[in-house]
Amino acid sequence: MTGKKRLESAVKYIFLFSALMSILIVVMIGIFTFREAIPAFREIGIIKLLTGTVWRPGQGQYGILAMIAGSGLVTLGAVVIGVPLALGCAIFLSEIAPPAVRSFVRPSIELLAGIPSVVYGLFGMVVIVPLVRNIDVPGNTGFGLLSASIVLAVMILPTISSVSEYAIRSVPKRFREGSLAMGATKWETMTKVILPGARSGIMSAIILGLGRALGETIAMIMVIGNSVIIPFAASDNPLSIFLSRARTLTGNIAVEINYATGLHESALFATGVVLFALIMIMNSSARMLIGRKKWEK
Amino acid sequence: MMTEARMRTVDYNLYYGSFRALRDVTINIPVNRITAIIGPSGCGKSSLLRSFNRMNELIPIVRTTGEVFLDGENIFNKDVVELRKKVGMVFQRPNPFPKSVYDNVAYGPRIHGIRDRTRLAEIVESSLKSAALWDEVKDDLGKSGLALSGGQQQRLCIARALAIEPEVVLMDEPASALDPVATLKIEELMEKLKQKYTIVIVTHNMQQAARVSDFTAFMLTDEQRSGNMIEFGQTTDIFTNPVDSRTEDYISGRFG
Repeated sequence: MTGKKRLESAVKYIFLFSALMSILIVVMIGIFTFREAIPAFREIGIIKLLTGTVWRPGQGQYGILAMIAGSGLVTLGAVVIGVPLALGCAIFLSEIAPPAVRSFVRPSIELLAGIPSVVYGLFGMVVIVPLVRNIDVPGNTGFGLLSASIVLAVMILPTISSVSEYAIRSVPKRFREGSLAMGATKWETMTKVILPGARSGIMSAIILGLGRALGETIAMIMVIGNSVIIPFAASDNPLSIFLSRARTLTGNIAVEINYATGLHESALFATGVVLFALIMIMNSSARMLIGRKKWEK
Repeated sequence: MMTEARMRTVDYNLYYGSFRALRDVTINIPVNRITAIIGPSGCGKSSLLRSFNRMNELIPIVRTTGEVFLDGENIFNKDVVELRKKVGMVFQRPNPFPKSVYDNVAYGPRIHGIRDRTRLAEIVESSLKSAALWDEVKDDLGKSGLALSGGQQQRLCIARALAIEPEVVLMDEPASALDPVATLKIEELMEKLKQKYTIVIVTHNMQQAARVSDFTAFMLTDEQRSGNMIEFGQTTDIFTNPVDSRTEDYISGRFG
């Protein structure tokens, strides 16, 4: 073997090693989290853990339903607020903005992705929470699902907007021309041809955003109130459920792990396993959607 | 000229930024005839074709001077949506939307306000028949337009263009991406369509121009690389007895 060939194969193995390493790390994280969670699954039982409404580690009660509800509702809220905003940005950047505006707006949106989440938490505490507090509903302190949803919506905006923009851009130009040549307006072309064509990409963008939202921890702890209760509506309006305090799955782990021992600690790891599973389901469904491109055969 | 003009340009110039792509083009497009625009690559024939339905305006740096008329009316004074309803277009690469065959054909009528289901179904059927595609797709109109063969896709695009009942159909090398059999089908179809429609076709293929067209326009670039209209006339005259020596050189394959 010549020196050049040897170098060639060495380089190949270095890259293979890096790739295997990252897979190994994911697998290891999965295995260790799961291993630590086994006592909780065995002693509490998966069903009881998932459906139990009371979380009192001191009294041996470990139900994480409240946290599942908290994570679910805050993610739903973030999607309702964030998706239209993010899609608006994506459409603006891909279809409307002249290049000069785009070259300014796009980096600004991408910058949002780089802000540390604790800073979002601070922003939420000093700006969003006081605003939400003005809503007149009994027991409303401003800390709760609504504030958390708003903060989270801004946090997932760059992910959804940039992936959607890419999806919209990758709809072939000939579809747009075909539509415009039929006498369709720009807006009709957008809503009837471009967006349906980009649908799978936009769906996966939303799911990626969901995954991010589910995993967010510190900013949530700072604005959501962290009470272990199943969120409830405090007034006649069912929407006031979003003014309820709540706790997320991630927050549950982060708040308690420092002092937890024994079964309590294991139950927190079990919370982690639930989270891990949820996010894995999200990401793989996003990947399945991205994989489908109807017109590229 | 022996027939009246459906469209015509007068001293029409088109610029991409500072580059002049068309120079003083004057041409009459006769009613219910097939007019072929031929010439070497880069001579501006597609730019001219796309002027008839103002598709060039999608490019921000494009600027034009001179006039283009449809039925005696200056198209730059018309609403572009109205213009494109009357002047349909078929593109080089078949571009059916990622929708069903039915929705592809119904797209135009729907955006122009037709909601009635029976009316839409009639339009879809008659357009697919006019485009000689009906027999091949009538059993499964819900099938994706992208699942058809290349030639069928192009006929679907023709059906889609016909569904809004245009007066003029512009075809930008409609058969260049197709095999010879599919090409022949498109050519036969054009022959049929000219009874109702005025057709303008851009083609690289001189035999095709000679086979299908009634009139031929020959374009060529000048020293500034701007496209000029060299000669326009009946196809038989252009191909057998051209007036300009450059036309003769091109037709006989001496360049281009």
